[in-house]
Amino acid sequence: MVGTILAFKQYKPRAGIFGSQWIGMKNFDVMFKNSTFWASLRNTLLYNVVFIILGRILPPALAITINEVRSRKLTRVFQTTMIMPHFVSYVVVSVIVLAILGGDNGMVNHFLKSIGREPIAFYSEPSYWPYILTLVHEWKGLGYGSIIYLGTITGISDEYYEAAVIDGATKWQQILHITLPFLKSMIIILAIMAVGSMFHSSFDLFYQVPNNSGQLLKVTNTVDVYVYNTLKQSNNVGLSSAVALFQSVFGFIFVLLTNQIVRWIDKDLSMF
Amino acid sequence: MTAKAERKIHHSKYGPLAIGTFGNTVICIILTLFCLICVLPLVLVYITSFTDELAITRNGIGFFPEMWSLEAYRMLFGRSLNKIVYAYRTTLLLTVFGTFLSLWFMTMFAYACSRKDFKLRQPLTFFAYFTMLFSGGMVASYIVNTTMFHLRDTFWVLMLPGLVGAYNIIVLRTFFSSGGTESLIEAAKIDGAGEFRIYLQIVLPISKPALATIGLFVAIAYFSSWFNVMLYIDNERLWTIQYMLQRVMNQITLLRSDPDFSMSEEGALMIESLPNESAKMALTVITMTPVLAFYPFFQKYFVKGLTLGAVKG
Repeated sequence: MVGTILAFKQYKPRAGIFGSQWIGMKNFDVMFKNSTFWASLRNTLLYNVVFIILGRILPPALAITINEVRSRKLTRVFQTTMIMPHFVSYVVVSVIVLAILGGDNGMVNHFLKSIGREPIAFYSEPSYWPYILTLVHEWKGLGYGSIIYLGTITGISDEYYEAAVIDGATKWQQILHITLPFLKSMIIILAIMAVGSMFHSSFDLFYQVPNNSGQLLKVTNTVDVYVYNTLKQSNNVGLSSAVALFQSVFGFIFVLLTNQIVRWIDKDLSMF
Repeated sequence: MTAKAERKIHHSKYGPLAIGTFGNTVICIILTLFCLICVLPLVLVYITSFTDELAITRNGIGFFPEMWSLEAYRMLFGRSLNKIVYAYRTTLLLTVFGTFLSLWFMTMFAYACSRKDFKLRQPLTFFAYFTMLFSGGMVASYIVNTTMFHLRDTFWVLMLPGLVGAYNIIVLRTFFSSGGTESLIEAAKIDGAGEFRIYLQIVLPISKPALATIGLFVAIAYFSSWFNVMLYIDNERLWTIQYMLQRVMNQITLLRSDPDFSMSEEGALMIESLPNESAKMALTVITMTPVLAFYPFFQKYFVKGLTLGAVKG
């Protein structure tokens, strides 16, 4: 936390943290004027919005689906395989993506060549990447994310369902009116927490998977990657710290805001 | 009622609550497809690592190689065995000690915060929570760790920064302060047990699911760590396997994409002798197999732990 001060200083390694010159908001000034910063911020926010929305819909849907499977053994198998991608690090994932999308030997391109089409240079063409990155992100997180919802569903007492069946409810109606309301609080709390990290991104995902290809930066640059690259190139510690501080402050504000909005809608659902 | 309670994971599957056979089949097909998507890329890695390199150049990467070969592994173990062993050593030490110490510290903190009669409960909890929301960022941490604590290029810089995670502490604390632990603790106090003893002999054994879950998270985080190596470590012997894999990957990409280098004679020669596709895959296999092999064993605890968190709300 001490380092937060750095955001306001002109850092000189010799002088150390406390010895460096205090330049007030100058670092933030530079930051706001830098167009790459805004581009990376835009990317970060857009990706996060997509991830948050998908994350509210897909994992619960998956959990509900799995819960309906009749065979217990099958369920175990599904569960085990579904969460496998979560345990594979992004470094490995980037190797896999490279193997599939790679220039010469990649699976896709080889297939294209074999049916007489031109290979696609994925790593130089930015337009594919929002979809690729989103796909990879979901691949890795979906199975694992559904577990928590599965747990909630398990906790729902059978009696509700039995009563519904007696009243003649169909499966769909049961899901809509019993399961979903129970999941509602979980979904919302997780959404609030996700919004809190709206200004952060998974560094691994955005740095590793595109293999740090410069041409893709337009769509793959996120704030964290931007901080890292800036630091590497210009050694401007103060600037990087300013960005980090910016992330934290705004994330915090967003959490409070979102929590407040939820509160207005339904007091019980909010986090605090 | 007990038979039904035993099959508690799902609603009673046979009888009025179950889904129809048609629906069941449809669901199973969809889920199978999804699971295949999850697993197949990993299988691809394994297959490619055993594929003959020439076959790759001719046919590209695929699931049905023309020719199998152990050459990639032979090359890896022959040339870089030393490095791999060191990297594994670092990673294993880091994972084992890191997880153990981490769990220890975090449970102590969480336990203290879970006791309602602890005076510093509120401030300490807030302190932990605060670090979750705010952080000085990567740069600030780097400077603090390097100049203030002099941790650069040591083993400790890999372990200490991630040691105590606020999120995990809060989960642990919630776990400790729930359920019947209160009465057990009261009983123990009446019997004259000191705080540490209560912690060790009562609270910890009860919390096994939570410990297993969080322990697994922490272990995996340590096992996958590469970023700290990149920032802080120069000593090759302190590399972790994830980092090694990443470096190898980057080097190849860099060299291949530099036209001056790849066109020059020595450059071209060097590129040929660089680890090729199958070797890259072999290294990846070595990197990811331990985790994949281990986690099924923990899956039981792990699912229970996560769902406990969910039910309590």
